Amino acid sequence: MLIVFYLASLVAIISTLLVITRVNAVHALLYLVVSLLSVALVFYLLGSPFAAALEVIVYAGAIMVLFIFVVMMLNLGPAASEEERRLLEPRMWQGPGILALVLLIELGYVLFSGVGGPAPSVYIAPWAVGAALYGPYIIAVELASFLLLAGLVGAYHLGRREGDGR
Amino acid sequence: MSAIPAEYGLFLAGFLFALGTVGVLVRRNIIFMLMSVEIMLNAAGLAFIAAGYGWGQPDGQVMFIFILSVAAAEVSVGLALVLQFYKRYQNLDTDQARDLQG
Repeated sequence: MLIVFYLASLVAIISTLLVITRVNAVHALLYLVVSLLSVALVFYLLGSPFAAALEVIVYAGAIMVLFIFVVMMLNLGPAASEEERRLLEPRMWQGPGILALVLLIELGYVLFSGVGGPAPSVYIAPWAVGAALYGPYIIAVELASFLLLAGLVGAYHLGRREGDGR
Repeated sequence: MSAIPAEYGLFLAGFLFALGTVGVLVRRNIIFMLMSVEIMLNAAGLAFIAAGYGWGQPDGQVMFIFILSVAAAEVSVGLALVLQFYKRYQNLDTDQARDLQG
């Protein structure tokens, strides 16, 4: 189990290093997705399967899609299609691909080798998280909903075109 | 099966946070700075998860969910700001936005 943790940490550190050193934004985003996936595996090994699922769905899914939308909107023009052609070469995606393959092998090892997940003594079940979230932390849940509403209004206000609805 | 010490998770969180800080300080492209902020938020979430694992309490995961909602709100406003920035300066270099009066 420890070796899986070490490998996942190594993948996380390598891919994060590559995120902050890439020149091209799309390459950096590919490495950032791999970094988030490896951190999700670390969450699973640390007895938090619910947080691992949220990491994959919300971070690697929703937030990265937002980033890719914005990068798409900024790269309009003939240079973008040239860029797209270069992105399809294997050289561009084999780095993130190899790192993601390491994570996949680790996942297969955890699932099929019989070592199972984290020990029951360290496993924190999703129902315990839900009970804490809607028990003692209910005020913080309300505050988080305020924050998300403020984010929605702020993004709408900043994103609209000049002269719309004035 | 040997248990993973919680300190290892905390160390990984600290290392990732340091990498994100370096990214914010070194890069001048606003998209890369936002990505580095995401790395830092994610590392903070990892620290909470590792601490919750160390004490065997669900509070770490609760805090991670709050960090997730903060990151979602931050990235939506941040990317809207990126679009405004690009519209105004036609590039993504934050050094162009030194002047506060507009």
